[in-house]
Amino acid sequence: MKFAHEYRDKALAWSTAEVIGRRVDPARDYTLMEFCGGHTHAICRYGIVDLLPENVRLVHGPGCPVCVLPIGRVDQAIALAEQPNVILATFGDMMRVPGSDRKTLLSAKASGADIRIIYSVLDALELARKNPARQVIFFAIGFESTAPATALAVQMAAREGLRNFFVFCTHVTTPAAIDGIFATNAARSGQVKVDGVIGPGHVASITGSDYYKDVAARHRLPMVVSGFEPLDLLQSVLMLIDQIRDGRAEVETQYARAVTVGGNARAQAMMRDVFVTRESFDWRGFGELPGSALRLAPAYARYDAEAVFGIGYHRVTDNPACSCIEILGGVKQPLDCRLFGKACTPENPIGACMVSPEGTCSAYWQHARHHAGETA
Amino acid sequence: MTARRGRKLDFEHGVVELIHGGGGRATTQLIEELFLPAFHNPILAARNDQAVMRMPAGELAMSTDSFVVSPLFFPGGDIGTMAVHGTVNDVAMSGAMPLYLSAGFILEEGLPLRDLRRIVQSMADAAHDAGVRIVTGDTKVVERGKGDGVFINTTGIGVRMQGVAPSVEKARPGDAVIVSGTLGDHGIAILSQREGIGFETDVLSDCASLHRMVASLLEVCPNVRVLRDPTRGGLAATLNEIAEASGVGMILNENAIPLDPQVEAACELLGLDPLHIANEGKLVAIVPIDSVEDVLEVLHADPLGRRAALIGRVVEDPRHLVQIQGDFGGARVLDWLAGEQLPGIC
Repeated sequence: MKFAHEYRDKALAWSTAEVIGRRVDPARDYTLMEFCGGHTHAICRYGIVDLLPENVRLVHGPGCPVCVLPIGRVDQAIALAEQPNVILATFGDMMRVPGSDRKTLLSAKASGADIRIIYSVLDALELARKNPARQVIFFAIGFESTAPATALAVQMAAREGLRNFFVFCTHVTTPAAIDGIFATNAARSGQVKVDGVIGPGHVASITGSDYYKDVAARHRLPMVVSGFEPLDLLQSVLMLIDQIRDGRAEVETQYARAVTVGGNARAQAMMRDVFVTRESFDWRGFGELPGSALRLAPAYARYDAEAVFGIGYHRVTDNPACSCIEILGGVKQPLDCRLFGKACTPENPIGACMVSPEGTCSAYWQHARHHAGETA
Repeated sequence: MTARRGRKLDFEHGVVELIHGGGGRATTQLIEELFLPAFHNPILAARNDQAVMRMPAGELAMSTDSFVVSPLFFPGGDIGTMAVHGTVNDVAMSGAMPLYLSAGFILEEGLPLRDLRRIVQSMADAAHDAGVRIVTGDTKVVERGKGDGVFINTTGIGVRMQGVAPSVEKARPGDAVIVSGTLGDHGIAILSQREGIGFETDVLSDCASLHRMVASLLEVCPNVRVLRDPTRGGLAATLNEIAEASGVGMILNENAIPLDPQVEAACELLGLDPLHIANEGKLVAIVPIDSVEDVLEVLHADPLGRRAALIGRVVEDPRHLVQIQGDFGGARVLDWLAGEQLPGIC
């Protein structure tokens, strides 16, 4: 297939891996964190770890928006969906994420809530147009890569004068997630030491790579914004190894076919128009992180489902046996969790890392389960 | 109104009404003007509440399936063709020649009669091509909003060929895993038509009856271990079922799995795995390794099996995992799908 198979070339991958093997310092260990769920999947699917030297360890970061959304937000979405006369429009990923008492949007739908799975926020707008007597709430989720589409929908609703379209906005921002990793107890106590980050490619295509300069400088963190194919990832690992060897802590871009320094100015302008930064937002795995999420700007308050329907957020404690929190922070790997593959499977997920197809546990379950029991 | 005595059904402008399922004259009219002429056979034409037919000697195979596809019409077929081919294939995978079908219709009030006629004609054509007869049926009508246009249930009966007994628990380490052609075509053809996700593609559903191909396969390999058609859940679900039931593992060679480039591209775009996507005209055969050449030869000779391929082998594995060996040397687990496959968001 054009423009995909080229990035999966076996010979090139092996020769890149060979170069990595030559450049690493055998006297030290490297811990690299890939940010995105999409990275994790490619790494598991193509067996990238098997190609890397033993002293290069990949840990999986918090880059799946479904996984970092706390239980209380799922509860809030279910409560919104159960309001009279409401249609809740959501991406399929959210349907099976367990809220309190293992209730899900899927079970709420079965019990009579009108919940529609959509593929684009524009489908939610269309639902609002076609059902003028109903209140259509779009469950907006995702990082800066999906936020511009939400912004566009709100602008369109405003232009059309749609009065029955609302947004339940849980968009979160990536630099805050990186700060979150370094704010965890594990990082502060030295239990996790991240030597470099494979940075989010899709997000950076919107924000530009410069967006990460501050956070990289703050933590003296080498970072390479990466694509999602196996060759992309191998090249990014190589670039990180070089940065570490040179003592640099820069933001570099491997994914140059999609990412520029400045990003997509038009999308950024739309986001600035529609959103403001929340003072603080509760993340699964990290707790409250200041300035880490978006809400609708005052000028668009009439589209803000949280405000209009008066359903607030209530924090819920995670299942203590579930290691999602440690996995999101890079402290544990899925196979370290005692629920993994036993009490917690894709059919019967306990934590968000298993339920979301982008989640680390789900990636392990799908692609790397056969390694269980081989190590440690 | 479409069902007045003395007036023919209006297949151009009429719609299904509740009265068509009431069992009265309107029901009779629908049978007389649509089902009888389309399905046309003496057993159905006897117009009893049951079909009475003579069965040849041997083991009977029977299977039932309900069809709820949306949209009703898609590139390469419609719900009617699926309702015939699907059940014919389920019967055929036992090594049986399908002979008779029943057809139960649940129609939604308001369904255009034109659409119903088109679906019934598709069923008649598919049954004719497959050499099976639709010998008994039923029609019910539900209120508008309580159905999705039309639901169809078909039950099939066939007679198993002598001396063959493929079964899901018979795969043994060392056996070969063969598929009869490209995977995922049906599911992608359907997805391409769905509201909210429509995209341009020439991919056609592979909807087809496979019993003749099965018969020629059994001729050269009567001791075939397992035959299955990988419908819902795709190849992944079918192979995992076999691995589980037979208590074995499998190792597939990713490069050997036949895929249409357009299906591959659509899956790439939507973040789907073609091995999780439904097929309606493909079979999986687990055969002893020494039969591989003969089996591939007869499959390749059939127009429905031109792209048949040996894709892997059965291995010993107490965990019963189906693994795929990719280009990169690393293997991954090919799992069943949990829930419906949906495009992701990031």
